[in-house]
Amino acid sequence: MRLDGSVLTARELRVELASGAAIIEGVSLELAAGDILGLVGESGSGKTTTARSLFGYADRGVSRQSGQITVAGEQLDTADSLRRARGRLLSYVPQNPGTSLNPSLRVLAAIEDMLSAHAAESGPRSGRGAAAAGLLDRVGLPADGQFGRRFPHQLSGGQQQRVCIAIALACDPPVVVLDEPTTGLDVLTQDRILAELVRLRDERGAAMLYITHDLAVVGQIASRIAVMYAGRIVEQGPARQILSAPRHPYTRGLVASTPDHLRPRVLEAMPGIAVGVGDRPAGCAFAPRCGQRTDRCETELPELAEISGRHLVRCFEWRSTPAVAPGPPITASPVARADPATPAAPAADLAMAGGTAPVADGVLVADGNLVAGAGADVRVAGPAASEAGSGQAILAVEHLSAEYRGRGARHVAARDVSFTLAEGGCVALVGESGSGKTTIARSIAGLHPPASGRILLAGQELPGRAQRRTTQQRRRVGIVFQNPAEALNPRHTVAAAIARPARLLRGLDSGAAQAEVDRLLDAVRLPARVARRYPGELSGGERQRVAIARALASGPEVLICDEVTSALDVSVQAAVLELLRELRRELSVAILFITHDLGVVAAVAERVLVLRGGIICEQGITAQVLGAAQHEYTRRLLAAAPSLSVSTQAWHDPEPAAPLA
Amino acid sequence: MGMATPPAMSAVAPIDADDPAIRAARHPVAAFLLRRVGGAVLSLVAATILIFIATNVLPGNAAVVVLGKNATPAQVHKLESELGLSHSEVRRYASWLGGMLHGDFGQSAVAVAEGRPDASISGTLASPLADSGILAGLTAILLIPLTLALGALAGLRAGRRADHLISVPALVAGGLPEFVTGTALIFVFFTALKVLPPVALLGPGQSPFTTPKALILPILTLLAVAVGAGVRQVRAGMIEVLQQDYVLFARLNGIPELRVLLRYALRNALAPSVQIIAQNLQYLVGGIIVVESVFSYPGIGTYLVNAVTSRDVNEVQAAAMILATLYVGINIVADLIVMFLVPRLRTAMS
Amino acid sequence: MTAATARRRPAVPWPALITRDRGGLVGTVLLVLIVLVALAGPLVMPHSSTAVLGTPGHGPAGGAPLGLDFLGRDVLSRLLAGGRSVLLLGGAATLVIYLAGLAIGLTAGYAQSFADPVLMRAVDVILSFPALLVMLLFVTAFGGGPGVLVGAAALVLFPGVARIVRTATTEVMTKGFVEAAVARGERAPAIMRREVLPNIVAPIVADLGIRFSWAIILIASVNYLGLGLRPPTADWGLMISENREIISTNPLAVLAPAAMLALLVIAVNLVGDAYVRQRSRSGGDQ
Repeated sequence: MRLDGSVLTARELRVELASGAAIIEGVSLELAAGDILGLVGESGSGKTTTARSLFGYADRGVSRQSGQITVAGEQLDTADSLRRARGRLLSYVPQNPGTSLNPSLRVLAAIEDMLSAHAAESGPRSGRGAAAAGLLDRVGLPADGQFGRRFPHQLSGGQQQRVCIAIALACDPPVVVLDEPTTGLDVLTQDRILAELVRLRDERGAAMLYITHDLAVVGQIASRIAVMYAGRIVEQGPARQILSAPRHPYTRGLVASTPDHLRPRVLEAMPGIAVGVGDRPAGCAFAPRCGQRTDRCETELPELAEISGRHLVRCFEWRSTPAVAPGPPITASPVARADPATPAAPAADLAMAGGTAPVADGVLVADGNLVAGAGADVRVAGPAASEAGSGQAILAVEHLSAEYRGRGARHVAARDVSFTLAEGGCVALVGESGSGKTTIARSIAGLHPPASGRILLAGQELPGRAQRRTTQQRRRVGIVFQNPAEALNPRHTVAAAIARPARLLRGLDSGAAQAEVDRLLDAVRLPARVARRYPGELSGGERQRVAIARALASGPEVLICDEVTSALDVSVQAAVLELLRELRRELSVAILFITHDLGVVAAVAERVLVLRGGIICEQGITAQVLGAAQHEYTRRLLAAAPSLSVSTQAWHDPEPAAPLA
Repeated sequence: MGMATPPAMSAVAPIDADDPAIRAARHPVAAFLLRRVGGAVLSLVAATILIFIATNVLPGNAAVVVLGKNATPAQVHKLESELGLSHSEVRRYASWLGGMLHGDFGQSAVAVAEGRPDASISGTLASPLADSGILAGLTAILLIPLTLALGALAGLRAGRRADHLISVPALVAGGLPEFVTGTALIFVFFTALKVLPPVALLGPGQSPFTTPKALILPILTLLAVAVGAGVRQVRAGMIEVLQQDYVLFARLNGIPELRVLLRYALRNALAPSVQIIAQNLQYLVGGIIVVESVFSYPGIGTYLVNAVTSRDVNEVQAAAMILATLYVGINIVADLIVMFLVPRLRTAMS
Repeated sequence: MTAATARRRPAVPWPALITRDRGGLVGTVLLVLIVLVALAGPLVMPHSSTAVLGTPGHGPAGGAPLGLDFLGRDVLSRLLAGGRSVLLLGGAATLVIYLAGLAIGLTAGYAQSFADPVLMRAVDVILSFPALLVMLLFVTAFGGGPGVLVGAAALVLFPGVARIVRTATTEVMTKGFVEAAVARGERAPAIMRREVLPNIVAPIVADLGIRFSWAIILIASVNYLGLGLRPPTADWGLMISENREIISTNPLAVLAPAAMLALLVIAVNLVGDAYVRQRSRSGGDQ
């Protein structure tokens, strides 16, 4: 790593709207060769605008940009110089590779196009084909002609992203800007792409600006992190330091909200919500939400000041920022080795212990820990940890299979799935997209009739379609969906939406229903005046709370949460998860939690089912499954899922030996 | 939009790129062709049935209508037997269908009633068909480049002056009925300026090329409506393509703007534009009816109108079938072209 | 990522939005004027629409500011009388179009598995014919009376609406709030009424202007060809064709009704376009 100069220096970047309001301001970044700088922020923080401004690119509505940008010694001070630097000095890797590749260009042609567009850098025409093939090889894709002749729609998500990376590297730019490059990919693919990026950094010394909202991901690969809030950088410094001892209250809040599947703890939510561009207060933008604020914070804007070697913070009260206590490392209970002569525990014993019926191919292990597939060395787990709730199963799913039929094709979404949910308990269904977890949730809710199997609510079998269920049955199961933007009817007020299940399923009259609306809004920690609003006037987190209130309006005993926080910022997610935890305690409602995020599982669920291709690979107590996973797929997921508490030495840059003078 | 057959609504379902049967097929092009041609044949069969029903549901029957109220029962009976009206519907349908497949469109009821020696329709169709073909063909040759060029330009310069200069007249021209536009043009170029004839009458067997001036206004009228509507649609497609991620990705990575416009934007705007052009060409099949009437141009449209006016059902059947077949045919050709332009549709999923 | 910051202002009702837009304002004013002329015209005719006043093709003179038509009748009076048929027939057709289109589109979109392919194939058959051709076939079969014109225009144009409604319906059906209603066990009619219909209004209203103008144009074209309403009915379309022969002596006889039709269609398109523009600007929740 060169200590003598940075390959990218940005000073005082400012981008304004036509009205003069600043989207970002005072943003200064420095990137050294071979370094990865993580730019972290939630939505509205300005991270994407910052990235785009490095290219001199403005979205609609943006009027001007100012600030100095220097890349590899070249000063880019005019719109023209910024444009000429694109691809040559700075290149871009997009968030959505599927839509970012020209659908009419074959893979090799797309890379060659990039090369020919920057003819000066890429050399003579005759060499381009070979150069393009070489680039494919460098990103781990087959360099043979057959692959290169494919169109983007013939590639998987991971392959598409690699092609985008190849294009970005084509002209060997000193700086690569990556805008949430792995957000749309599943965990295993993300892991591979991250490894690829680190390898490229090591081999080619390219400096990277990695933009993301995910602290855990950035902790895996970045040596330095800059955190943005409300258009300004609020903290910047060595990655390890920022993640283990954040000084800015917002950074601390982010760290405290980020779930960790290796060291689960209660997630702490930050009060309030982020402000929009036009509503930024005078003084520190975070002050309204800050627990350490003083009067000075509200009137005066703090500067970004260095507090120790290359660690800068924009806060007056940084000394009082409390530490984030990491949770205890997740451990499985002591393990006893199975005696091959010992027969597997009969189903009856398991039912008493709160276990489940055996899965067809599964190897049954005591205490309901179940591992599918013939594993060679199966270890028996010890006594179960005590579960919340009375232990009676409110929901039992037996041999559930569900499929999709479309134009003659049949796709099995879930196969022979069995599990139980105890009263007041919480079970997580975790898996990648296509694992069948959402289909199972929908079947339980009555939206997707199963092809075979039974769903039992307090011992009573439920008809497959919600329409055929009794009012009581429908009342007792509630469901909340993933997308807050579509969860509520835009034509109905919040009050109407929440009152409807209360009136329909509990037969309340309008007066009683209105009282319920008020009670539920309070339960989900929303102010009463929200009742008169329309969904279009609420934020994503608020809408999701309303959706939860609506699901609770019928007084259910089972609440199905289908990826309810996947579309929310991490701080909002923490608040919603905290809310669910409290509701569980107050109302004794059992929760079936669908997610792809192992960290969320660790924070919320006592038991977990790991799904793959519609089949349960592994199920059991969360601590056991996450701490001592038996199934190979579970292990791969755990290894691939980023975590704040993992410092993957192989990837991580060591701290600089001495601070820069 | 002032069209006899408004383009936007005339196309049968556009190519379904996500149809798993097509994607899964080893040879998507063949699978698609089979499906489309099959569908077209079904459409045409449905057309024959509907046309036949429409022309045979008259109160009274064709003979009475043609001869008028003062005909004697004997005359009616004679005409009925000459026209074969005493046979059952099914048999008449079958013989009509069979005849058409051999190029025989039956006999004109009016001609039979008048006792003319040669009442065959097939003979009388050739000239109007050719004349319409020339009119439509010349229009099409001008229509395609104009729509594409103006639409692309308006889309590329969306919101700016060039766009307004193109879009506003397009809105007006594309929205007016052909007969209004045609009449207005006649007023301007004949009544006021006296440079072009108001009608395009041709003698029997006379080629339209002998009086080229007569073609100008009919072509202009058709163009005004078709290009007006087409430009707005191409423009919208262009705007949408320019907002795609792949255009942004190319720009951020420094691909020169001209290449971005050509290879990334226009190239991907081409397929939907082909479908738009196809819809406009289909429109010509219907719009030509009114335009020929405005200018008294002796094409198949005038033929049809005269047939309807004189209630000569056999002629109506013949002209309707021809127009319907052309309409369906253009659709298939367009879909084929789109297939070649869109890689996703051509290649089987790997 | 849904922003914690994504809060929007309360929506403004769309009639206000349309008039805010310059094109929309012009269009609305024009439309109101023409509708007034068409509907109230016959009440203020200076002369009868069928009385012969003088020599055919006479230019504007004393009692006839627009001159006389090809039979010597007052053009102005016939102009005032000639809008009703256009508006009423077009309006009736549009009404039928939307009733049929909504019924079929909603059914196809809601009961996707079995009704959808059948209904849409049937609808596509109609779309595989040129519209005017179908009109002429109807006229051949049933004559050119007003009922036939309305029925034929409705048949030709409703499939487009059915398609739009079906697409919008299937899109809405995937949304969380509709699934929540299904999970509550609400019945199909209730779901369609409360959840689906209010949320598919936007594309329908966006289509309304165009559909109405197409209905008017189709019917006017048939009248122009002389195959629809019969003389001596005063109808703008018919007037344009019947006065062709005197276009040089009294062009107003042709231009006046042509202008009225043109302005009507332009006004409807302006309003429709303004609606689409404003809707996309205000975020599409309307």
